[in-house]
Amino acid sequence: MIAVVDYGAGNLTSVARALEYIGKPCRVTDDPEMLNRASHVIFPGVGAAGDAMENLRSRGLGRWLKGWFASGKPLLGICLGTQVIFDYSEENQTPCLGLIPGQVKRFPPDIEDEGRTLKIPHMGWNGVAFSRKHPVFNDLSREAEFYFVHTYYPAPAEAGHVIGRTEYGLTFCSAVAVRNLVAVQFHPEKSGTPGLKILENFCTWDGTYAE
Amino acid sequence: MLSKRIIPCLDVRAGQLTKGVKFQGNVDIGDPVEAARQYYEQGADEIVFYDITASADGRAIMIDVVRRVAETIFIPFSVGGGIQTLEEMRQVILAGAEKVSVNSGAVKNPDIIREGAKAFGSQCVVLGMDVKGVARTREIPSGYEIVIHGGRVYTGLDALRWAKEAERLGAGEICLNSIDADGTQDGYEIDLTSLISTNVSIPVIASGGAGKPEHLYDVLTRGHADAALIASMVHYRAYTIREIKNFLHDRGVKTRLAW
Repeated sequence: MIAVVDYGAGNLTSVARALEYIGKPCRVTDDPEMLNRASHVIFPGVGAAGDAMENLRSRGLGRWLKGWFASGKPLLGICLGTQVIFDYSEENQTPCLGLIPGQVKRFPPDIEDEGRTLKIPHMGWNGVAFSRKHPVFNDLSREAEFYFVHTYYPAPAEAGHVIGRTEYGLTFCSAVAVRNLVAVQFHPEKSGTPGLKILENFCTWDGTYAE
Repeated sequence: MLSKRIIPCLDVRAGQLTKGVKFQGNVDIGDPVEAARQYYEQGADEIVFYDITASADGRAIMIDVVRRVAETIFIPFSVGGGIQTLEEMRQVILAGAEKVSVNSGAVKNPDIIREGAKAFGSQCVVLGMDVKGVARTREIPSGYEIVIHGGRVYTGLDALRWAKEAERLGAGEICLNSIDADGTQDGYEIDLTSLISTNVSIPVIASGGAGKPEHLYDVLTRGHADAALIASMVHYRAYTIREIKNFLHDRGVKTRLAW
């Protein structure tokens, strides 16, 4: 069973619908016992880091996620879910879960491209340059683009944890791979065929990855 | 870098697709869910639905359309048309739309922008602006005035001031529709688009007037738009989205070419 962690962070139905479409129906739940029965866990989220951490804490899900990560079973972070797995987010100066070392930073207000100030949030379709092979990012066209909506971006402390990079006035980490964890800043559930491919790959991944 | 988005706009009335010209003389051209699926497969970067039915019955039908669209396409889509309350926004978002667009509802009650942004996040709230060119006055210094009810009612709001105010209130994006250009297929209102887009820090979708790929090129370069809405030029099969994107790509405008 695929489980989607429900912690009151935005509308999770789009992730559920995408999984339904690819023939991998899921349970959307905040119940740790139900989550324990899953083979794969997806940790999505839209909103602010402060609220997200509070909701996770009050439901006991922060600790649960650490346990799941340690268990070696596949975990996929999406957008805000990806951000809160780091140590700290500049958004509301929020201490986060610390599953992997690093911070989440705000795009500086003066980033530019060809002399024009770029708009924030970074919203729309952008490419991801993958630096290594990974089962979850298999069979993607080099030209594939993904849908982003965010004001903050992950900055992992260890360069080895970064697997995908995206350009928006600066180069930021848009995909992370550490053991049984894969985390993306973009929304695979809103990224058309390549996004669905990532979800499909994740659902058939056994969680092993030789770094 | 971000790609410029190409966004087909589907007008829906009582659950059926129409395309208005200057908001009059609409002709039914089919099922909105099927149209959305086709545009999704043809490379649309996003889809906009305008529900031009005003009745409660029409609203219920539209929610069903939104739900079916959300099961069919996996790119962002927005829904607008007559949305006045937070509860109406909530219904559209829960049915599966990524974004909700408010237009006259926000003119009458600007707080709906703030409340919507607080409840769902700014990225969910699009301000739809219908704009007409007018003489510059002290009240309308930009020479562009916000109109509502399909352009029949002038509001006394300056378009540039309103855009900035909506950004301050928490709108995540602006869909800027020129009533003067709408349905003409003579090109977007470039000066208006550039004026708004260069004075706000949220993305601006240009709307009204698209007839050929050159028009998109102009508004995405000189007009500084982040995205371009298209309707007739694809609804009537004059162009495919692929052709438009290839045209833009060949002239150095970054578009999403693989899907």
